[in-house]
Amino acid sequence: MKFPYSKKVLEHFQNPRNVGKMEDADGKGLEGSPACGDMVAVYLKVNEDTKVIEDVKFESYGCASNIATASIITELAKGKTLEEAKNISWKQATEELGGLPPVKAHCSVLAVEGLRAAVRDYEEKHGLVSAKEPTTENVVRSRLKHVMNPMAGLDIVRTELVTKIDVEDGNVRILLDLPSNHQFAAAIKEDILEKIESLWDVKEVKVVFTE
Amino acid sequence: MLDKMIYLDNAASTRLDEKVLEAMEPYYFDTYAVATSEFGYSMGIDAKEALEEARQTIASSIGASAEEIVFTSGDTESSNMAIKGVAAALLNKKDKHIVVSKLEDFPVLNTAKAFEKNGYKVDYISVDSEGILDLEELKKAITENTALVSIQHANQEIGTLQDIEAIANICKEKGVLLHSDATHSYTRVPIDVSKVPVDLLTMSAHTIHGPRGVGALYIREGTPINKWMDGGFQESNRRAGLENIPGAVGFAKAVELVTPEENEFLKSLRDHIIKRAEEEIPDVTLNGSRSQRVPHNANITFHYVEGESMTLHLDMRGFAVSTGSACFSRSLEASHVILGIGGDHERAHGSLRFTFGRYNTKEDVDAIIDAVREIVEQLRAISPLYEQK
Repeated sequence: MKFPYSKKVLEHFQNPRNVGKMEDADGKGLEGSPACGDMVAVYLKVNEDTKVIEDVKFESYGCASNIATASIITELAKGKTLEEAKNISWKQATEELGGLPPVKAHCSVLAVEGLRAAVRDYEEKHGLVSAKEPTTENVVRSRLKHVMNPMAGLDIVRTELVTKIDVEDGNVRILLDLPSNHQFAAAIKEDILEKIESLWDVKEVKVVFTE
Repeated sequence: MLDKMIYLDNAASTRLDEKVLEAMEPYYFDTYAVATSEFGYSMGIDAKEALEEARQTIASSIGASAEEIVFTSGDTESSNMAIKGVAAALLNKKDKHIVVSKLEDFPVLNTAKAFEKNGYKVDYISVDSEGILDLEELKKAITENTALVSIQHANQEIGTLQDIEAIANICKEKGVLLHSDATHSYTRVPIDVSKVPVDLLTMSAHTIHGPRGVGALYIREGTPINKWMDGGFQESNRRAGLENIPGAVGFAKAVELVTPEENEFLKSLRDHIIKRAEEEIPDVTLNGSRSQRVPHNANITFHYVEGESMTLHLDMRGFAVSTGSACFSRSLEASHVILGIGGDHERAHGSLRFTFGRYNTKEDVDAIIDAVREIVEQLRAISPLYEQK
């Protein structure tokens, strides 16, 4: 029998490590969105003094690559400091898994981003974010790359749904090439607000549709 | 692991029937000549006779006459030939306008897209949540100068059957030609072209336990159609290329082997899997229509889990099925069919297509639904979505 994945991927897929929700997590990250594709949640338990990740769990609504990468990444992150965990790369995770089909890269990147989001969440909650970066058009754009376009299964920036971004005094205006009565308009707007409103210096977010 | 693979992807391809192979063999080893004219040598005349007999069988199966059947290399060629051939023949007589449904399979869909790039106007007619074509929208889209309408008979993924008679009558009233891709309904759902005024019909052997690489196109007598591949004068100068006589003979045999009893049996498998899935697994949605459906297709979304994960788990347990999830496809695009019936990526993401054939049994269905139930449970346990609700 021939399967499209390495033995190690299949092994992690069948017996994923560190699975489940953590109710009292110190940091958690959620990447992806259900309307459009894969989704990963990562939960961390962190030692406040040493900043070492003592426990880590994940949940996945995704394909085999996504599950296997999330599984291996929790193994890699456990026992590491937050700084070390932040530097775990997608490349490292895939090498550890014995390789992934190139076409599956984006499903597995999501798991790496989930871990980084969980670390960021911890840092934000514990005042560890040094020198806060002011929100600029570029900051908004890079966060919008995490909002999916349900019609394409790719994000709204790469699929050119975002036509303009204005940032002024903490007021963010995002223009979309989508009519307000579109079946996915509400879901996309909600996703955008969730990603942008949480930025520390943002006061108001306006999503503007074509009509 | 099961000791044999249970194959439930018969819409994609089917296991060849031994009787088909037996029928084909003499045309590889004994009567392997080309089909010659009546003045040729005897082996060629025998070959020609076999080809014409096969043609008659295909013709009779849809109420056509033998001259109206052209053998092709399969449904992709048949649909290309129909659309490109008719469009070329009508180039200066009608508008550069064709009408298709949103759910067409790739041979028609991508031919339509290619025409769009070449300056044609293409209307993609909507369907309702079960995949049934909006006839009012169709009526509005067609003008008397439309070159061609192409609407599938049955859908490749969700198995929805169109009211092809109503569609054909609308086209006839407007004086516009109709092509229908019947790849996924042929022999499973009867169609009689002596009663239904469809002008061109795509058929294929690979979905009915026949050989792959052979299909047919029905062309109603008098339909304007240009030859679109240059070459020899085969198939009454309508399709160039050496005739695939063993293929045609095998195709005809495959058609003969389909019986109404078999179709009833496939329907019982379909209804059994739907019933068990709906009764035993929470949060499932049947995709497509309950009543207007081919007998051998069940397409079900298992919410909160992803399709490629399910198919891989099933594969590792010895089952072959397909999914509309983007993660499964080479293009990483979610099924345009599920999106076309108003579903979102989530609906496509967790969909499984079960398609049945001659070699499936009720035990296969029971085994796979047992496996699916366990796998769905296992994947939902690690899904961040499942608990949230």
